[in-house]
Order: sequence, then structure tokens, then C-alpha cells
Amino acid sequence: MKVAVTSTGKTLDSPVDPRFGRAKNFIVFDTETGAHEVLDNRSGVDAAHGAGPQAAQEISRSGAKCVITGRCGPKAERALQAAGIEVIPGATGTVAEMLEKFRRGELSSSAESSDPNGS
Amino acid sequence: MRIVIASGKGGTGKTTVATGLARSCEGDVQLLDCDVEEPDCHLFLKPNIEGSEAVGIPIPTVDGEKCTGHGECGKICQYNAIVSLGGAPVVFPELCHGCGGCALVCPEEAITEVPRQVGVVEYGHSGHIEFIQGRLRVGEAMSPPVMRAVKKYVREGATTIIDAPPGTSCPVVEAVKHTDFAVLVTEPTPFGLNDLTLAVEMLRKLRIPLGVVINRAGIGDDGVEAYCRSEGISILLRIPYDRRIAVAYSRGETLEVAIPEYREKLAGLATAIAAKVSS
Amino acid sequence: MNELVVVSGKGGTGKTTLVAAFAALAEKTVLADCDVDAADLHLLLEPRIRRREPFKSGHTAFIRQADCTQCGVCDTHCRVDAIRIDRDPDGNPTFSVDSISCEGCGVCVHFCPEGAIDFPESTCGEWFVSETRQGPMVHARLGIAEENSGKLVTLVRNEAKRIVHDRHFELLIADGPPGIGCPVIASITGASLVLLVTEPTLSGLHDLERGFELADQLGVPTAVCVNQHDINPSMTETIDRECEQRSIPVVGHIRHSRDVVHAMVAKQSVVEYTESPVAEEIRKVWHQVNAMLQAGAETRA
Repeated sequence: MKVAVTSTGKTLDSPVDPRFGRAKNFIVFDTETGAHEVLDNRSGVDAAHGAGPQAAQEISRSGAKCVITGRCGPKAERALQAAGIEVIPGATGTVAEMLEKFRRGELSSSAESSDPNGS
Repeated sequence: MRIVIASGKGGTGKTTVATGLARSCEGDVQLLDCDVEEPDCHLFLKPNIEGSEAVGIPIPTVDGEKCTGHGECGKICQYNAIVSLGGAPVVFPELCHGCGGCALVCPEEAITEVPRQVGVVEYGHSGHIEFIQGRLRVGEAMSPPVMRAVKKYVREGATTIIDAPPGTSCPVVEAVKHTDFAVLVTEPTPFGLNDLTLAVEMLRKLRIPLGVVINRAGIGDDGVEAYCRSEGISILLRIPYDRRIAVAYSRGETLEVAIPEYREKLAGLATAIAAKVSS
Repeated sequence: MNELVVVSGKGGTGKTTLVAAFAALAEKTVLADCDVDAADLHLLLEPRIRRREPFKSGHTAFIRQADCTQCGVCDTHCRVDAIRIDRDPDGNPTFSVDSISCEGCGVCVHFCPEGAIDFPESTCGEWFVSETRQGPMVHARLGIAEENSGKLVTLVRNEAKRIVHDRHFELLIADGPPGIGCPVIASITGASLVLLVTEPTLSGLHDLERGFELADQLGVPTAVCVNQHDINPSMTETIDRECEQRSIPVVGHIRHSRDVVHAMVAKQSVVEYTESPVAEEIRKVWHQVNAMLQAGAETRA
């Protein structure tokens, strides 16, 4: 299964980017093979409007089934839900730390904990 | 004759001039409040609102039966208002500009457009003035459609006074477009001058003739006067700083009610503009 | 990090005057002028521009005359009347795009049967990072008749936040745009505190209510400051009551004073220009606001 983590940098030890729609990068990690790829989210960062939906489209194309991020706005959440992608908000620390927690099953998706005012 | 009252920044007295001018004009007068984010003219004119109309923009709805997930809609949309995520697309109404591209491009004709309300136009009378105002719904970002709906009420032959929103951005252009003359209201301060030069630049780009009204004359410096002289811009009226005016404004009284001698000055302003427009 | 955004329903209520004074009173602060339509803060702070960048956003359609066959498909599809048709004396039409009206939807570009319409990115303005006597400042200028200031506001805020972070500062003070539309939403979403500046006038009260609604929708803590309170004392009372009913703190009343304009002419903030009562009132407002920010930061931590 593929998992996407919002990241401020391009490596696994980069800090998590707390934003979803305008996150700098997405690191998409394949839990079966251990391989990862970096998606530059320039189109989201540069979007005049609708960065969240735009980013959701990118994630959907990458084949990820789960997104780990700081917070996710209502529009992005709706788009991700429609694409059948699970959202795990509240992430802090580095991408690698989050992936490790995910592997150990210590992260859970919780719709109610995401910020309703996020952008 | 269509006169737009504009200003580079807010709070310079645009509404004071617009309402005072409308009151002082005789004959067939319309006042259109196009400052749809903060329509304030009604506070001064206290019109009888006789009716209203909803303003909507067309947004797409997708027929899930017909959609085959081509994703053409998501590709054409420049606003990320419709995104394709494998299955049927998701629509974000608040981002949609109502351009209709997605409905046109869908190969399955699975998209139809339905109106979504973004604001309202209200109309009525205040004495001899025909009054029309637009009101954007709180939290909406798309004011131009509401302004276009207000401007549909412009009648040929009438003296139409349009209160524009402040600034020089896209909605302001919508308000000043297709007018015969612009009155720029400013203050004699460094802020007033800075914002005036931006507004003049905009109106020149749109080729709309203009004149300046200096409000609260005497409070600051002479930068605005010097600028108008060097640019060849006529100063149509100077309203001196007078605490009575500020107090009247705070109570929602129009200028010529608060200080009767302004009725004549404002009527003179209308005549001066008419002369400039016809020449 | 704390982020204070100073806004007003209508313009001209003294927003920028307060921001400039706060900037002089606060320490280790980055300033952001988010009022990109009528940016005035630079007039008081005389910034020395260190960095200057073009602001690009959206696209504008452009018809290549050499390839246009005057079929009119673009005009049929355009819903904002941005296609101009000029005719020569023989009645032959020339099609062009009115770049001021064009909203960049791209429908004409897609449907032009000749592929004769280009769609370049548009430069809508400029943004700057400057140094001022009160600290770094991020500001911008939007081109005439350009839309989309919401994106620029976001850019200015983000750049200012980055500087706060890089310099280990703790506070960002933003001069917000007037109104309730897209730029305002962009400037207050996620802020630590919004200070609504109003005047005791009917319009001030009316616009304040719309401001409350918006701040409430966006879930941002709000405080109110009444400027020129002595213009209409009974209206000031009405505003105070309205705030009390909504449990919104009123952090101060500031008197009407000509010193405000005199300071502006001298290119100074009121607190730098004078020690008169109006300056003292502004100082008090700042102490209240600062206390709210500190309390908020503790709650968050």
C-alpha cells in the first residue's frame, strides 16, 4: 500500500509540512517494497484557488491510499474522501518518524480532529 | 449620463459624495450602490425597498450515471472547482467562476449547470431617487457577478450615480466600466495622495474622464493639490474639514441635510460634470 | 509564533495608523502589509527594498491574429464579454481579448478550432521584502485592475512568517485589507488574533457586524477597537454593548485627534510623533492586544 506524507523537504528525514494543499512536497512511500518517490507540489503551492482539491488530484494520481499531514482543509478532505483516500491529520516531526508510527499502527485517522478552518 | 464615484482607498467620503450628489440632482436620478461588500448608501438614503432578486452563478452538477470518468472537466477548469479523482468528479461550488467550460467539454454530456446564489440585488426608491444596491453574501469571494446584476438596472436617459468599491482591483473595474465620468474622492494626506495616483492610473488605462473631490480639505498637506495641478486634473469640489460633517455622517445623515449650503455646491458639481461629459 | 491581523469592515478607519504604532511599540516583529489594493504602510515606514519579485497568477487569453479565422467561437463561449470585435470600414472583423475583462477560464483557448489562442501566465503585480526602522516588512503592489489579491495576500503572509521563523522572532503584525471578500478571508484564516478597527458611525456598526460574522465563520479570536470614539458617543456605547453581547472584548477607545494626520504628514507613527493623549490611548490598546496574544499563546501551548 502507498502512503503519502506532506513534507517540507525532499528526503525521508525532512520535517513534515503541516499544510496539505500548499505543502511543498509529497513523499509517497510504498509499504510493501520500501521504495519512495518525491512529488513536487508546485502546482498546489502556486494555485490561485483550490490548492486543496488540486493536491488531492495529485495524490489520487500517485496511487496513495492514505495521507499523513498536519491539517487538511474541508475542500481537500472532501476531495480525498471522494477518491477513497484516508486522511491522518495531526502529524509532527519528520517524515520517517511518521512512517514508522504508521507501520506500527500507532496512527489513526480521525475526521473530527482535523481543523475545520484549515485552507 | 453615468457618473461613478470612486476612490483609491476606503473611508475618504465616497458614500457621502454619492448620496449627497443623488439628493441634489433634480429630475430622473438613479443611485446604484456597487460597493457590494459593504453597501452603505442605504444607511443615508433610507430607501423603501420594493423588491429584490437573487444573483446566482451557474455551477456544474454531475450525472453520475452518465459520467465515465474521462476527467476532461478537471483538465479545463482553471480554478480547481471541479476535480477528477478516478470516479465521478467532485465540485467545489465556492471556487467556481461559472465559465461553463466543464459542461461544454464533457464528452458524455454528464454535466448540467444550476444556479448558486452569491448575492442579492435590492431595489426601491428614496424620494425622487431610484435606488438599487447589490449585497454579496458573507464569505463569498465573487463580487463581479453581483455588480453586473446591479448595473443591469442602468437606464438610458437617467442621471445614474454609481458608488464603486474602493481600490483599483478587478471588482472596481467592473463598477467603473462603461461610465461617462469618474469622480475620485480623496483626502489631502500622504495616504490620500498615494491611493489617488493609483486610481488615476486605473481610470486613464480605462480611458474614463475624471475629476477630483477633496474631502476634509485643510487637514493635511498640499500634496494632492500639487499633484492635480501637475497632472492637469480638475478639482471639482473641496469639502472643508468640519466636525459637523463627521457627526452627521455618524448618524446616517446626508451631507446636504446636515449642512444645507452644500445642496447648492453638490448641484453645481452635477452641472460641472454634465458640462464636462457633453464637451 | 503569534500573528495579529488588523482589519476593518470599511476602509479609512485607522487600520494602518494603528499597525504603524504597534510596529513602533512591539519588539522583534515582522510586518506584513496585506492591504495590497491600497497599500499605505510603506508611506509611514519608508522601507528600503531588499528583494523584489514579480507576482504571477492565473492566465490571460491572447488571440494570434495571423491564425484567427474570425469564426466567432470564442465570443460564443465567453461569459464575461472579454472578446472584442472591431470592424474595419468594410465591415471585416478583428477579434481580440480585452485583458482587463478576461478571467482566465481558458474556455476560448480550448474550443478555438484553429488553436489560435495563446494562454500565457499573467504578471499581476510585484511583492517586496524590505527593511524598515521597525524591522522587516513584506509588502506588495497589485497591478491596476488585477484580480486575485487573495493569492498575493497568502504569499505576503507566508513570506513574513518565514522571516519571523528565520530570525527567531515571535510576532507578525499584518495590516489587513478592508471588506469581507476573498482577500480578507485570505488574510485572517489561521491568525492568532483579529483586531477589528471601527468608527462609531452607522456604517461602522453595520460593517462591524459583517466582520464578526466572517471572523466567527473562520473561527478566529476577535477583539474590537473604536477609533474616533468621541465623534458619536452614543454610537460608541451601542458598539460596546453589541460587543459585550457577543462576548467580544473591546480593547480600547481612541479619540479623534488632528495629531493622527500630522504624524502621517511627518511620515511617523502617532506614538513616535507625539506624547499627547491620543498616543497614550493607542499605547493602551497595544498593551491589551499584546496581553491577549500572550494569553492565547499560553492556551495553545
